[in-house]
Amino acid sequence: MPLLSKLTEKLLIVDASKINSIDSIGAWTLQNYLRQFRQRGIEIRLQGWTQSTEQLMLQIEQQQAVPLLTKAATPFIKQLGMNAETIWKSSVALLSFIGQVAIAFGSNITLRSRWRWPIILNNIQTAGVDALAIIGIASFLLGIVVAYQGVDQLRHYGANIFVVDLIGYAMLREFSPLITAVIIAGRSSSAYAAQIGTMKIMEELDGMRTLGIDPINMLVLPKLVALILVLPLLTVFSDITSVAGAMIMARSQLEIGFHEFLTRFSTVIHPTSLLIGVGKAVIFAIVITVLGCFQGFCTKDDADSVGQQTTRSVVQAIFIVIALDAVFSVVFSLLGM
Amino acid sequence: MPYFLLCSAYWVCDVDTHNDAPKQKNVIEMKQICTSFGDHHVHTNLNLEVRHGEILGVIGDSGSGKSTLLREMMMLHRPDSGSIRVLDVDLATISDQLARDLYQRWGVMFQHGGLFGTLTIRANVGLPLREHTRLDDIVVDNIADWKIKLSGLQPESALLYPQELSGGMLKRASMARALVMDPALLFLDEPTAGLDPSGADGIDQLIMDIHKRYQSTIVMVTHDLDLLWQVTDRVAVLGEGRVLGIGSMLELSAMDHPIIRSYFDGPRGRSAQQQAHVVNQTSSLNI
Repeated sequence: MPLLSKLTEKLLIVDASKINSIDSIGAWTLQNYLRQFRQRGIEIRLQGWTQSTEQLMLQIEQQQAVPLLTKAATPFIKQLGMNAETIWKSSVALLSFIGQVAIAFGSNITLRSRWRWPIILNNIQTAGVDALAIIGIASFLLGIVVAYQGVDQLRHYGANIFVVDLIGYAMLREFSPLITAVIIAGRSSSAYAAQIGTMKIMEELDGMRTLGIDPINMLVLPKLVALILVLPLLTVFSDITSVAGAMIMARSQLEIGFHEFLTRFSTVIHPTSLLIGVGKAVIFAIVITVLGCFQGFCTKDDADSVGQQTTRSVVQAIFIVIALDAVFSVVFSLLGM
Repeated sequence: MPYFLLCSAYWVCDVDTHNDAPKQKNVIEMKQICTSFGDHHVHTNLNLEVRHGEILGVIGDSGSGKSTLLREMMMLHRPDSGSIRVLDVDLATISDQLARDLYQRWGVMFQHGGLFGTLTIRANVGLPLREHTRLDDIVVDNIADWKIKLSGLQPESALLYPQELSGGMLKRASMARALVMDPALLFLDEPTAGLDPSGADGIDQLIMDIHKRYQSTIVMVTHDLDLLWQVTDRVAVLGEGRVLGIGSMLELSAMDHPIIRSYFDGPRGRSAQQQAHVVNQTSSLNI
C-alpha cells in the first residue's frame, strides 16, 4: 500500500473480481484510502464489482463527502451563566416547596382525621427504631474518642475531673445532635429522595393526584411528623450512649469511678445543655425531611436522575445541618446560654 | 348480608347521584387553549368539545400534544391561557372542595398503569374508596375484588403486586381502579400500547362493555387504528397545535389534511379500515 503514495498516473482502476465478499466497514476503509487519491486529482474507476457492492461503494463515497456534525462547545461564560440560573431556579423551587409543606401542615392541624397514622408509625419504625443500633454504637465510640482526647490534654494539668465537664458540654450540646443528624440524614434523606423520585418516574405521583390525593399530604407530612418525633429521642439516646462510652474511658484511663463521674455530671451540667441538643434535633429533623423530599420531587425522567438526586439530598442535608449548627453555636453563646 | 353491605355501600358513596348531569351538555369544553414549554408551542388556540356519553379518540403525531391535552383535562397541567370546563366546573377557578368532588367523578387509566408498587392490586383498587369514603375495610376489599373481576382479571390477581403482573393484566388492574367509584368520565392513555393482539382485543371489548354498563364518557389517547375504528364514536386529530379535524372515522377519512390522510392512506390505515368494515358487516348480520 505505501508504494501507491508515489503514484503519478491520472487513473486508478480498482479491480474487485478476485474479492469474494466485502462488508460495509471494509468498503468504508477502502474508500477512506482511496480518498487521498481523489484529493490529488486522480480518477478512480471501479471494475469487476457486483452491482450491489458498487452501489455500496458509491453510497459510501457520498456519505464521506458529508462533514462530521459536531456540537459547538458552550463558552465558559455561557456555562457559568447557565449554572447560576439553575441554582437560582432550584433555590426558588425549594422555597416554594417549603411553603407548600407549611400550608399542608397547617391545614392538617385542624383536620385530625387526615393524619395518616399507619404511615407515620411505619416511618417512626424505619427512621427511628431501625437506627437505634447504629446511632448507639457510633455515639458510644464517639464518646470514647472525645473523652480520650480530652483526657490526654487534661492529664498534663492534673485536671482529670474536668473531663466530665468536657463530655457534658461537648457531647450534649454539639456532638450528639450533630452525629445523630448526620447519620439520619444519610439514612433517611436518601431513602426519602429515592422513594419519591422513583414514584415520580413510575407515574405514581400523577396517579395519586388524579385520585385526589395530595402527594405532599401523603408522602411528605407523615415523614415530617415521624422524624420530628423521633430525632430528639434518638439524640437523647445518643447522649446516653456517648456519656456511657466516656465514662468507661474515664474509668480506665483516669481511674475516675462511675459514681464520681455521675455525681459531678449531675452537679455541673445544666439541663439547658440537654434541651439545646434536643431543640436542635427538631430543627435538623425538619431540614432533613424537607431536603430529602424536595430532591425526590425534582427527579428527572431518567435512571441516572434518581441516584443524582439521592446524593444531592444527603450532601445538602448534611451541609445545611452543619451550617445551622454553627449558627446555633454562635447564637447561643451570644445569648449566654 | 354481603348484599346488604353492598347496598349500603352504594348509599354511603352516593354513587348514583353523579349521573344526573343534563344529557345535552358537553362533558368537557376546552376553548382557546395555548400551551408552551419554553419556546416550543404545543397548543395554539385549540378548541375541543367532548359530548356526553361518547367515546372520543384523540390521535396525533408524536409531539402534537395529545398527552399534554389529556393532562390538562385532568388538572395535572395548567395551560398558559384558555378555559377548560369539565363536568360543568371551570378548572381555572376551581376551589379545593370542588376539586375533591371532581376527582371522585372521573377515573384515569395511565399508560404504564400508574399503580402503587408497594400496595397489592386489591389495595390499589380500593384506595379511592379508602380516601374518599368512610366504608369499612372489609366492604372496600369486597368491592375492590368485584371490580377486579369485572375488569376481566383472575380473582387471584387481587393479592399480587403490580410488578408481578403482565402488561395486559396491569392495564386491566389500572382500569379496575379507574372504575371503582363508577365514574361519569374516563380518561384512557394508550390503553392498548405494548399489548399482544389478543390482549388488545380484550381491552377493546372491555372498553365497550364499560361504556355500555356505566354510560360514561370516555376520552382515549391512542395510536391503535383498530381501536379507533371499532370502539370510538368520534376521533379528534391533533396537529399544528390545534384540532385539525374531528368526527367519526368515516367522516375523517373524507378529509383532506395531510396529517389526517396519513391515518388512512398508509398500508396500516387501509387494512384497519377494511377490518372495521368486515366487523361492522358481521355484527350487523348477527343482529
